[in-house]
Amino acid sequence: MTKDSMRIDVRKTYKLYIGGAFPRSESGHSYVVTDSKGKFVANAALASRKDARDAVSAARKAFPGWSGRTAYNRAQILYRIAEVMEDRRPQFVQALEQSEGLSASKADRALDGAIDRLVWYAGWADKITQVVGNANPVAGPFFNLSTPEPTGVVAVLAPQASSLLGLVSVVAPVIVTGNTAVVVSSYERPLPAVTFAEVLATSDVPGGVVNILTGSAATVAPWLAAHMDVNAIDLTGIAGDTTLATDLEVAAADNLKRVRRAPAAEPDWTLDPGIEPMTAFLETKTVWHPMGV
Amino acid sequence: MTSSSTLLDPAFDDVTRSEASLRRFLHGLPGVDQVGAEARAASLGTRSIKTSAKAFALDLAIRMVDLTTLEGQDTPGKVRALASKAMRPDPADPTCPQVAAVCVYPDMVATARQTLGDSGVHVAAVATAFPSGRAALDIKLADTRDAVEAGAHEIDMVIDRGAFLAGHYLQVFEEIVAVREACRRENGESAHLKVIFETGELQTYDNVRRASWLAMMAGAHFIKTSTGKVQPAATPPVTMIMLEAVRDFREQTGTMIGVKPAGGIRTAKDAIKYLVMVNEVAGPDWLDPDWFRFGASTLLNDLLMQRTKMTTGRYSGPDYFTLD
Amino acid sequence: MPTPFEYAPAPESRSIVDIKPSYGLFVNGEFVDGHGTPFKTISPATEEVLAEVAEADEADVDAAVKAARRAYDKVWSRMPGRERAKYLYRIARIIQERGRELAVLESIDNGKPIRESRDVDVPTVAAHFFYYAGWADKLEYAGRGADPRPLGVAGQVIPWNFPLLMLAWKIAPALACGNTVVLKPAETTPLTALLFAEICQQADLPPGVVNIVTGAGATGQALVGHPDVDKVAFTGSTAVGKAIARSVAGTDKRVTLELGGKAANIVFDDAPIDQAVEGIVDGIFFNQGHVCCAGSRLLVQENVYDELLERLKRRMSTLRMGDPLDKNTDIGAINSGEQLKRIRELSELGDAEGAERWEVACDLPTKGFWFPPTLFTGVSQAHRIAREEIFGPVLSVLTFRTPSEAVEKANNTPYGLSAGVWTDKGSRILSIAHQLRAGVVWANTFNKFDPTSPFGGYKESGYGREGGRHGLEAYLK
Repeated sequence: MTKDSMRIDVRKTYKLYIGGAFPRSESGHSYVVTDSKGKFVANAALASRKDARDAVSAARKAFPGWSGRTAYNRAQILYRIAEVMEDRRPQFVQALEQSEGLSASKADRALDGAIDRLVWYAGWADKITQVVGNANPVAGPFFNLSTPEPTGVVAVLAPQASSLLGLVSVVAPVIVTGNTAVVVSSYERPLPAVTFAEVLATSDVPGGVVNILTGSAATVAPWLAAHMDVNAIDLTGIAGDTTLATDLEVAAADNLKRVRRAPAAEPDWTLDPGIEPMTAFLETKTVWHPMGV
Repeated sequence: MTSSSTLLDPAFDDVTRSEASLRRFLHGLPGVDQVGAEARAASLGTRSIKTSAKAFALDLAIRMVDLTTLEGQDTPGKVRALASKAMRPDPADPTCPQVAAVCVYPDMVATARQTLGDSGVHVAAVATAFPSGRAALDIKLADTRDAVEAGAHEIDMVIDRGAFLAGHYLQVFEEIVAVREACRRENGESAHLKVIFETGELQTYDNVRRASWLAMMAGAHFIKTSTGKVQPAATPPVTMIMLEAVRDFREQTGTMIGVKPAGGIRTAKDAIKYLVMVNEVAGPDWLDPDWFRFGASTLLNDLLMQRTKMTTGRYSGPDYFTLD
Repeated sequence: MPTPFEYAPAPESRSIVDIKPSYGLFVNGEFVDGHGTPFKTISPATEEVLAEVAEADEADVDAAVKAARRAYDKVWSRMPGRERAKYLYRIARIIQERGRELAVLESIDNGKPIRESRDVDVPTVAAHFFYYAGWADKLEYAGRGADPRPLGVAGQVIPWNFPLLMLAWKIAPALACGNTVVLKPAETTPLTALLFAEICQQADLPPGVVNIVTGAGATGQALVGHPDVDKVAFTGSTAVGKAIARSVAGTDKRVTLELGGKAANIVFDDAPIDQAVEGIVDGIFFNQGHVCCAGSRLLVQENVYDELLERLKRRMSTLRMGDPLDKNTDIGAINSGEQLKRIRELSELGDAEGAERWEVACDLPTKGFWFPPTLFTGVSQAHRIAREEIFGPVLSVLTFRTPSEAVEKANNTPYGLSAGVWTDKGSRILSIAHQLRAGVVWANTFNKFDPTSPFGGYKESGYGREGGRHGLEAYLK
């Protein structure tokens, strides 16, 4: 045996992404991730209630800073994420091949879609205010302006099938406007999300702006839906599960979270998303000021 | 530059020591938001004054009128007619009160006094190169002394708006102090000094508030909105700002200063709105001709018409009231 | 001594309104009997019974929803926008023509001063219909796509504090967008909604486009829970808002909620002080403090605290409380005995927690529900009167030292409906307004409303906006 053939692989540990760091699950649990053919790929951290709690704290902590950045700066950072993803093409393609069972060319196209979507959303950062805000001609001597503002901390249940394009399509619209996110990734296909987390960690995205929990939405989401310091929840990732969706919506009512309801089936992510994924997590603030000398 | 006047409240010595300190003080007064001030004045104008309250207000308003004629065409005859009306506004009704004063140019003071005698109706004279105030200080003081010597009870002076707008507050201040000195009579008494700001030229409510404090610190007995020669003249919000100023000045010094809106108040309805404002902004203490006046000429007849409507129950017409 | 200037009574005449002894429900363009237990509506100023009003039970609500559905399918959703607009313009005009009647009736049934119903509520109601009338044939320009569609039948539940104005906020945009409505007014203030039903008849509005069902919570639940309602719009308490959010979970119903608040009104040391005092008074005593966006927490910079409080108390002493129909009344009656009880309980809690109560000395009428304008000083963020919505003429006064402390305290609440900031420094206004987590920020003003201006809250103050272009979103897909 040569020296080379004796070399043992260094296997990657897939961890959570919370507050800019990559901790293991507080619970110590992990679960087996297989590829589309059922073959073992890796162990992924199984996020627990307490991980969700920590992720919410991190997201809350990051909110003032992130929402306080200029829209131009957020645009640059989202664009930077796209750039770094380009840089890691092979890794994403491999993850997509494993997770979604795509051919190399289809995985390549899915990655293209994800990168292009990020670029698309990056451009929205400094335009959404102009599209959904407006000056209001009130009947009196007042300057009156309505502008959108981020809702706050948004829990995002990422799609189960589309593990990268779908993920990017629900995360980007949340953060581009200044929200921070706690994302529960696809349960069976978490690896692109973990790779995405590694991209985020190296793309000037401040820690805590996006927190990614791998694991089961059914386990973690109820804690997020009931968490009184979460302002909104996107149920897209549990498309079709009306029972869970109803339970989460009921729990979300405790602090009147804004709820983006679960669709009957996972959407076709290649379609133009429109602005609704952004406006669902925006508040409108209207400021009045007298006009006088 | 310290003022030597003994008339002044020593509390303001520090303020009026220099141009800089006076400016700091005046610009340190709380700002006035135009929209909010106008909304408040308008809201007070929606009070509904009926029956006994209206009767009270009409008589009070008549007692507060400074019946005014300030025209180039004024003659002794015109002034005598006005003075007669001031004493007996409604010849048909002896219960009708007389007005507070007649307001004339200095050269008409003697005529007015002659007609008014000891009726108790005062003579007010506009002085200090009224209405523009554009003359040398000596001339303004001579104008004032002339009116005082002719027997004017009250002097309505104008401030130097040019100096005020140029930021020469101390100059305006010292001029008011000097005019007040010129109001003294030999017997030690003094004509009451009303200081006219010509608020239509000062334009902003911030300026009105500053001018009010400036005049009050300089010893004005009354602060007055306008000459009647510049539009806009008195308005409810301007008067309200001045009422706030006299209220605050008394709060701070214990000294009460009067307020006189002049020009543009033509109807009883308007006059009553002003009285509501006096009542609710400065307080009922000001509801007295010693502390509030209307500078007006045509207002009186409308007050009289409304008064007659109150007493007779029917509407009257202008033919039943004297036009002088 | 000057004679005091006592304002003689100046009552607005009641003769302009004709209150019937009993009222039915307005369903499919007609007044019909209800099948629940009729209830009485009283004048809160005198406790006089004004009328008996039908209670809609589930079957009645179902009939109303069916009528609305029929009208939606057959008439209203098919009608060109420009024709819908004309109906709304017509309604707006009739409201203006019958403005005095509406104002008097509102003041009688609600207890609010005629000065407010006449000068604020009713003109704003007419303006709201005018504003949304103009949208009806311009919806494709509203920024919601080329072919915006109505949702269907809207179930709308409104509170008692601005009965007619809240009706306008609900009905005008719904109808403009092509929806039909079933609206439930509050059980203590149903009369102007029923008069509005007459106005719909007068305007020849097609039957079923507007339906009014009267009743209390059960009627509201039946409406909100009705399976054929596509859209729920609610204004009221946060507790009920949460219950509604739970009840629609798992359905396709769209929801907008406009709920409670505990607004901070922040006064900096450089504020235009007299206008700030007016704004504080307007902020908390407008409509007896029965305002979800009331400035109920006054945050004063410590270095002007004494001066501001003195001015505020002096100003409060000139507030005139009494007969809502007297044109000089500033503060009317508390809307109900139940609400009065809650205001009293929370105020007593303020006493018990050690805050200092100051109230305007005034003679309260012996009949009716009254509470004098009151402020509590020495209040801290921990006090319940600084956290819970009192919904009455009670102001809690707190202090702050720095801008960041002001913002922190202002935002330290589960609510986020409105806020006020008073300062002469323009850049500070923009900065503070930006940092406040509230849907409406009034800078150097307070409690201003306009049909073109979106209104609605952050956090537990609800979701969705009413008013302006943003208000269309709630009624279109």
